[in-house]
Amino acid sequence: MIAELGLAALWLAAALAALQLVAGALGLTARGAALGGAVRPVAAVQGLLALVAFLCLIQVFAVTDLSVKLVALNSHSMKPLVFKIAGAWGNHEGSMLLWVTVMGMAGGFVALIEKRLPEPTMLATLAGQAFVSLGFYAFLLIASNPFERLSPVPAEGNGLNPLLQDLGLAFHPPTLYLGYVGLSIAFSFAIGALVTREVGPAFARAMRPWVLGAWIFLTVGITAGSYWAYYELGWGGWWFWDPVENASLMPWLAATALLHSASVLASRNALRAWTMMLGVVAFSMSMIGTFLVRSGILTSVHAFAVDPERGTFILALLAINIGGALTLFALRASTVTEGERFALVSREGALVFNNVMLSAILGIVLFGTLYPLVAEAMGAKVSVGPPYFNPMSALFALPMLVVLAIGPLLRWRRDKFARIGKALVIPAMLAAAAGIGLVAMGGAGMGGVALLPLLGLMLAAGLAWASVLPLRDRNLRRTPLPVWGMVTAHFGIAVALFGMSCESAFSIEKLVAVRIGEVTEIGPWGVKLDTVEPVAGPNWTALEARLLVRYGVDGKAVRMLPQSRSFWTPPQQTSESALLTRWNGQLYTVLGGEADDGRWQLRLWWKPFVPLIWIGGLLVALGGVLALAGRVAADVRRIVARDKIAYRRERQGR
Amino acid sequence: MIRLIALALALIAAAPMAAAQEEQSTAPYAYRQLDDPAKERAAQALMETLRCLQCQGQSIADSDAPIAGSMRSLVRERVAAGEDPEAIRAWLVERYGDYVSYAPRLTGLTWPLFAVPLALALLAFALLRRRFGADKGSGA
Amino acid sequence: MNEKRRSFRWATWLPLALFLGFFVLVLVGLLRPADRTVASALVGKPMPAFNLPPALPGRPGLDSKVLANGKPHLVNIFASWCVPCRVEAPQLAALARAGVPIEGISVRDTTENLQRFLAENGDPFQRVGADDDGRVQLALGSSGVPETYVIDGKGVIVYQHIGEIRPEHLDLLLGKLKEAGE
Repeated sequence: MIAELGLAALWLAAALAALQLVAGALGLTARGAALGGAVRPVAAVQGLLALVAFLCLIQVFAVTDLSVKLVALNSHSMKPLVFKIAGAWGNHEGSMLLWVTVMGMAGGFVALIEKRLPEPTMLATLAGQAFVSLGFYAFLLIASNPFERLSPVPAEGNGLNPLLQDLGLAFHPPTLYLGYVGLSIAFSFAIGALVTREVGPAFARAMRPWVLGAWIFLTVGITAGSYWAYYELGWGGWWFWDPVENASLMPWLAATALLHSASVLASRNALRAWTMMLGVVAFSMSMIGTFLVRSGILTSVHAFAVDPERGTFILALLAINIGGALTLFALRASTVTEGERFALVSREGALVFNNVMLSAILGIVLFGTLYPLVAEAMGAKVSVGPPYFNPMSALFALPMLVVLAIGPLLRWRRDKFARIGKALVIPAMLAAAAGIGLVAMGGAGMGGVALLPLLGLMLAAGLAWASVLPLRDRNLRRTPLPVWGMVTAHFGIAVALFGMSCESAFSIEKLVAVRIGEVTEIGPWGVKLDTVEPVAGPNWTALEARLLVRYGVDGKAVRMLPQSRSFWTPPQQTSESALLTRWNGQLYTVLGGEADDGRWQLRLWWKPFVPLIWIGGLLVALGGVLALAGRVAADVRRIVARDKIAYRRERQGR
Repeated sequence: MIRLIALALALIAAAPMAAAQEEQSTAPYAYRQLDDPAKERAAQALMETLRCLQCQGQSIADSDAPIAGSMRSLVRERVAAGEDPEAIRAWLVERYGDYVSYAPRLTGLTWPLFAVPLALALLAFALLRRRFGADKGSGA
Repeated sequence: MNEKRRSFRWATWLPLALFLGFFVLVLVGLLRPADRTVASALVGKPMPAFNLPPALPGRPGLDSKVLANGKPHLVNIFASWCVPCRVEAPQLAALARAGVPIEGISVRDTTENLQRFLAENGDPFQRVGADDDGRVQLALGSSGVPETYVIDGKGVIVYQHIGEIRPEHLDLLLGKLKEAGE
C-alpha cells in the first residue's frame, strides 16, 4: 500500500512538473500570461509530492517490506533501524529518487520565497527547473522504479554491504546530493536569465544565496566523505583521485568559481556572460559526475554490472539538458555584454584570476578522469592517478592561493600594490620562515620534505595570516557577516592546506606483528597489544584488540579498540580502525590477521595534524554559512523595511 | 564516500570471481616493512603509485587484496636489493601494460594528458591578457 | 574591436563543442562491449624464466625450461580457494583427455587444500608448481585466478585466457594449441 502511494505521488509529481513547464513557458507569452500565476503553487506542490514519495520509500525500508524488490535486494530484517533507513538511498533507484526529491523541493522553495527578480525571469527559471526535473522523473518511472513489487515475496533480503553500514553512509550521500542538486537552481536561474536576457546585479544577488547553500552542502559532503573513506578503508588515505571522488570535486570547483564570479556580478555588474556559463557548467558537472558514477563506465572491472539501458537513458538526459543549455548560452551570450571594465590590480582582477585557475583545475580533473576512456577507445588501457593529478592541479592551485592571500585586500575597480604591500610583509616572512625551517630540517638529516608539501606548508603559513588581514582597520562589531564568512573560509583553506601538507610530509607508518603484551613504538607513541577478544554486534562478530597507547614516555595509557569484523549478511570481512585524536595529530590503528606463530598483525600510523584537513574543510563550510546568514539577514531587513514604508504610505494615504 | 559504495559493490560483484575464503597474502614483505627507513620510504612512494589489479580503484599501498600483498612484497624486495624504483615500475608495465601504473608515462598514447595542462595554462594566460591587456592601452 | 567581438562569439560555442566531445566519447564507451580485464602484455613474448617447487608430494614442480620442449603446453594458474577454478575443472579434464599437456601453477595455496581440491574436482596436471607468494603470477602478468596461458614449443606465450574456461571456449583453446604446434 505504502509503495503504491509512493508511486502514485511520484507520477503526480511528474505530471505537475510537466504542467509547471508548460505553464511557465506559456506564461512568458502575451496570450498565456494568465497561466503564469499557476507556476509557483504548482512548483511547491510538485516538491511536496516528491517528498511524499521519498518518505514512502523510507517507510518501506524502515519496516523491511520485502515485497518491494528494492528492499529485498538491498536490505535485511536484521539490520539496525538507522541503517535500514539509510539503505533507502544507498542504492541506485533510491538515490535517484532522493535526487528528484531535492530538485523538486529546491524548486518549490525558490517558487515560494524568491520575489526579487522580474516575473518573466522567474517563470523561465521555474520552467527550466521543471524541464530538468521532468527528465529525471522519466528516468525514475521508466527505467528505475524504486517501488517495483516482487512476487513471490522472499523470506529474507540480500542485506546491505557491510562497508556501507556506517553512520557515514546515513548522512554523506544526502548531504552531497543536496549540494549537487542545489546547483540545479543556479542552472535554472542561468537559463531563465538567458531566455529573458535579464543579466545583472539583481540577478546575481538572487542567485547567490542558492549557490552558497548548495556549495555549503557540497563542501560538507566532500569533507565528510573524505573523512569517512579515511577511517573506513583502513589504510590511512584520505583522498585517492578516484573517479567517484573527482565526480564530487568537479561541481565543487565550478560552484566555487561561480560563487566568486557572482559576487563580482552583484557588486560591479561585470563578468555577466562568464557567470551565466559557470551557472550552467556547475550543475552540468553534477549531472556528469552522477552519470559517471551511476553508469559504471569509469569505475572498474567488477563494479556495477554496467546497465546499458540506464546508462544510455542518463546520457540522453545529459545531452538534452546540458547540450540545450550550452546551445542557448552560445546563442545568447554574444548578445550579453561583459559589463563594467576593471584593472588587473583590483578586487575583480584577483577574482577573475581565481576563476580562471579554478576552471583550469576543473579542466584537468575532468580530462584526467576521462582520459582512461579515451585510451580505451583507442584500444589501450592507462591509469591516471595521484602522480598526475597532484602536480598538475598544484600547477594552478599554488598561484591561485598566492592571489587568494592578496585579492581580498584589494579595492574594487583599480588599486595599487604599494597600498597593500606593507600588510603583506608579515605573511611573506612567515612563508619564507616556514620554507627555510623545513629545508634546514631536511638538511639536518631529519628527512627532507618533498616539493609539493613544502610549498603547501609555506603557503599555509603565509595564507593563515593573510586571510585575516581584511579584518584589520575594521570595527569588528560592525564588520558585515559576509566579510566574516570570507575570512573564515579563506582561513579554512589555509588550515586544510596545512593538514594536507603535514599528512603528506610527516606521516609515519608502521606495520608490525606483535605478541600479546608486546609494546611497539611509533613516532612519539608506545603501543601495547593488551588482549584480542571476540565481540558480537547485531549482524556481525568481530575480533577486537585492546591496545594501550601512551604518548611520550610518561603519558597516560589510553585504550584503543580496533576490530576485524565478519558480517554474515552478506558475508564479508572488514577492518574497523580505531582513531585517537590529540591536538597535534591522530593515531590510527588497524587490527590485521593472526600469523601462524600467534603474533597479531597491526597497522599503525601517526599522522601529525591530519584532522586539520577536515577541520579546515568545515571552516570553509562555516564561512559559507556566515556569508549566507549575512545575505539572508540583509534581504529580510530590506523586505521588512520596504513593507514598513509601504504600510506608512498606506496609512498616510488614508 | 560514494567511492566506498562503488568499492563495496565491486566486492559483491567480485565475490564469485575471487572467493571470500582467499587468505591474506603470505608473501614475506606484504605486511612487513623494510628495516632501512630510506628504502622503505622509496618503496612506499612507489607502492602508492601502482594500481591494484583486483580491486582496481586502489593503489597497492591501500589494499587488502592478496595480489596487492604480493606486489608490495615484490616492490619491497627489489628496492631492498638496490633496484631503482622506476626500473621496478618498468618491469611491471612490461607485464601489465600502462594500466598498472598510476603515473602515466609520456607516450604516443598519453601525450594529451600533458598537452592539456599546457594548453590550459596558455589559454588562461591568453584570457587574462586579453581581459587586462586592452585596458592598459585605453587606460579605462 | 570588430575582430575581437567575432572571436568572443566563437568562444561562446567552445563549451558546447567540448560537451559534444564528451558526449561522443562516453557514447562510444557505453556502446563498446565492456572488456574490462587486464591482459598480460607478455603475449607474443617468451615465457619469463622461473622454477617453482613442487606443490604436491610426488609430483614435479614447474620449471619454465620444460615448456620449451618443442610441444605446445597449457599453463593453468589456479588455486583451491578459487570458485571459478571448480567451474573450469571439467573443461581442463577434457583438454587433458585430448592429449594436451597441462601444467599447473597454484597460487597462495596449501598442500592439504590443494589435495582436497584435486580429489574433488579431478587432476589434469602433469606438474604443479607452488607459487606461494604470487611472485611467478606477477612475472607472467597475470592479474587473477584462474588464467590459462597457451605456450608454443619454443616457450613463447601465444595466448592468454582470462577467467574460467567454459565449454564454449574449448574449440578456441584447441585451435590456439594447434596453431602453436605448427
